[in-house]
Amino acid sequence: MLFSAILTGLVLGGTYALIAMGLTLQYGVARIMNLAYGDLIIAGSFGAMLLFTALGINPLIALSIVVPLGFALSWLVYALMLQPLARRSPNRDRLEGDSILATFGLLFVIQGVALVLFGANYQSYSFLAVPIDVFGTTIAANRLLAFALAVLFGIGLFLLLTRTRFGTVIRAVAANPGSAPLVGIDVDHVARLAFALGGGLAAAGGVVVSMYLTFSATMGVIFTMKALIVVIMGGVGNLLGALAAGLILGVVETLVSSFIDPGLTLAATYLIFLAVLVVRPQGLFGKPAR
Amino acid sequence: MTTLSRRTLLQAMGTGALASALASLPSFAQDRTAIRIGYAVSKTGANAGGAGISTIPNYLLWVDDVNKAGGLELSKLGVTPPLEVTEYDDRSSAEETVRAIERLATQDNVDFILPSWGTGSNLAAGPTFDRFGFPQLAGTAVTDMAPQLVQRWQNSFWFLGGGHDYANALVDLLVKQRDAGAINNKVAIASVADGFGIDLSKAATPAFQAAGFELVYDKTYPLGTSDFAPIINEVAGLGVDTFVAFSYPPDTFALTQQSVVANFSPKIFYLGVGTAFPIYPNVAGPNHNGVMGVGGIDPDSEAIAAYFERHKALIGQAPDSWASAITYASLEILGQAITRVGDLDKAAVSAEIASGEFDTILGKVKLVDNQLRALWTVGQWQDGKFVGLAHTEGKAAREPVVPKSAWVPAS
Repeated sequence: MLFSAILTGLVLGGTYALIAMGLTLQYGVARIMNLAYGDLIIAGSFGAMLLFTALGINPLIALSIVVPLGFALSWLVYALMLQPLARRSPNRDRLEGDSILATFGLLFVIQGVALVLFGANYQSYSFLAVPIDVFGTTIAANRLLAFALAVLFGIGLFLLLTRTRFGTVIRAVAANPGSAPLVGIDVDHVARLAFALGGGLAAAGGVVVSMYLTFSATMGVIFTMKALIVVIMGGVGNLLGALAAGLILGVVETLVSSFIDPGLTLAATYLIFLAVLVVRPQGLFGKPAR
Repeated sequence: MTTLSRRTLLQAMGTGALASALASLPSFAQDRTAIRIGYAVSKTGANAGGAGISTIPNYLLWVDDVNKAGGLELSKLGVTPPLEVTEYDDRSSAEETVRAIERLATQDNVDFILPSWGTGSNLAAGPTFDRFGFPQLAGTAVTDMAPQLVQRWQNSFWFLGGGHDYANALVDLLVKQRDAGAINNKVAIASVADGFGIDLSKAATPAFQAAGFELVYDKTYPLGTSDFAPIINEVAGLGVDTFVAFSYPPDTFALTQQSVVANFSPKIFYLGVGTAFPIYPNVAGPNHNGVMGVGGIDPDSEAIAAYFERHKALIGQAPDSWASAITYASLEILGQAITRVGDLDKAAVSAEIASGEFDTILGKVKLVDNQLRALWTVGQWQDGKFVGLAHTEGKAAREPVVPKSAWVPAS
């Protein structure tokens, strides 16, 4: 029973980690507190649903269409809307404030377009909703897929960031955007790339969760909030942190739901969040601010 | 810095007062070209999903139906003007709903105002409807307080019953099944910790206990929960024949899908809001058959069948089988009351709604104490229709199918 609950929790945590990874890149590297992040996830979900229901395209194949689109859209958004803000901001705090306001507006634009195109109705389709037996616990295949992708993206991007030259450049910008140009790094370019990468991850998350979650055009903010908790808990800009924080949240929620009361899952989530903030304000894997 | 002299200030105030006095004057033009209908509905925000299914499509359909028929006849004025709509988005906020209603009443000078979606917004808007004297046709509010509310706001009309109606009807139905030996005595309830779930579980828990059922699981889960595996896994091990969830749409769909995956297939599977939505059969696939929920329609009614057709033609999808038809019927009642009164006197129209008998898609309707008391309370998916199994007036459209057929696993 305990083992089964932990397994179910890990799989739920995989979903949380998956939807948070893009935000941690966008916030950690590009320093854009993207409030429209959840709406991009929803856009990815709509994309997958449309391809699946209208054209019969397998959502796994849809990933290869929707993810580049999310990347391109975020690239454009950064180039057109956020780059001017980044250039004129004297410091990071100012940029964070400006980006919150700008992406708050963007949230309504994306939501509005989705409302016009798809209406306010709940959308849902079913894909890979087949039971899989994992060590005696029945888990839906689509949720297991979300978990696997979260681990894959989390570890893959972590290796990319720590083991490659490109990753070092990204980390340099994340650590100190003021000094990065001194060693020949084009900060604008790197920030745009990181933001777009985050957008691609958001779209990937959207495609995967659309296989098992009911969504509607106005639900983006729920994803933004969840992702934000995971990002802050894990340490801003840290992909392994996001993975760990997501999994911890999932396991705790499931344990509380199974052994105490389902009504207390939300309370447990925020209790852990609070505990992490009190003990390690920089997040589980974050570096203390200098 | 600008300093305002007392004179300019007084002038400004005077002009302002005059302007607002002029704005609030009723229009005297009796050669009416339109009947102005105003509403603020949730096009964005948390309520948009519900409003987009039960409320907005029916407002659009009613206006379309009336205008296609040439308008509403106002015999005292000797005209038959069409309906003209002023619409706002209340962004799912009750304050915004109230502000929009005030604006509709004072700035836009509409003749009648239709309410927003949901119990909360209707309760919040009650005093405002009352203050301006507009009839309030609450087609999507479930409240046990309706008898008290109609005392307080005499122009308010409540069409969707209260939590006790639905909970008691469900328990009655289950008692019959138990006594017939179709199900055992064990019941599991999971309810969302929000308005609808709290109301219904508060009514259902004592009713189940009074009927002698053993409640082996009775817990709430927070709004926005997406993973129900822990609840389903636990309930599956308790040996219940009846699973009841007073849930909201996303939960309703997730509970279905996850129960299928976990192969938890109790004889009675009852869910809350969303079960009656036209999207439910898409979500559940072949497994929607036999699932029970709140609401229901009369599958043999020609008027309902015609209404479904018109709804599909204009909106592009079928209505839901609970609040949609009732919302539409409330508008038919408004239209007929206006025609009978013969002009746009709000008080006279309210009095007519309260006392008259109306011909609607639900059949002949007469409100009791400003409330619609003829309601479908328990429904079940049978052959592609969400048919009524229990009605507050005792008649059932179909017999319940118990046990429901076992889940078909997804391929």
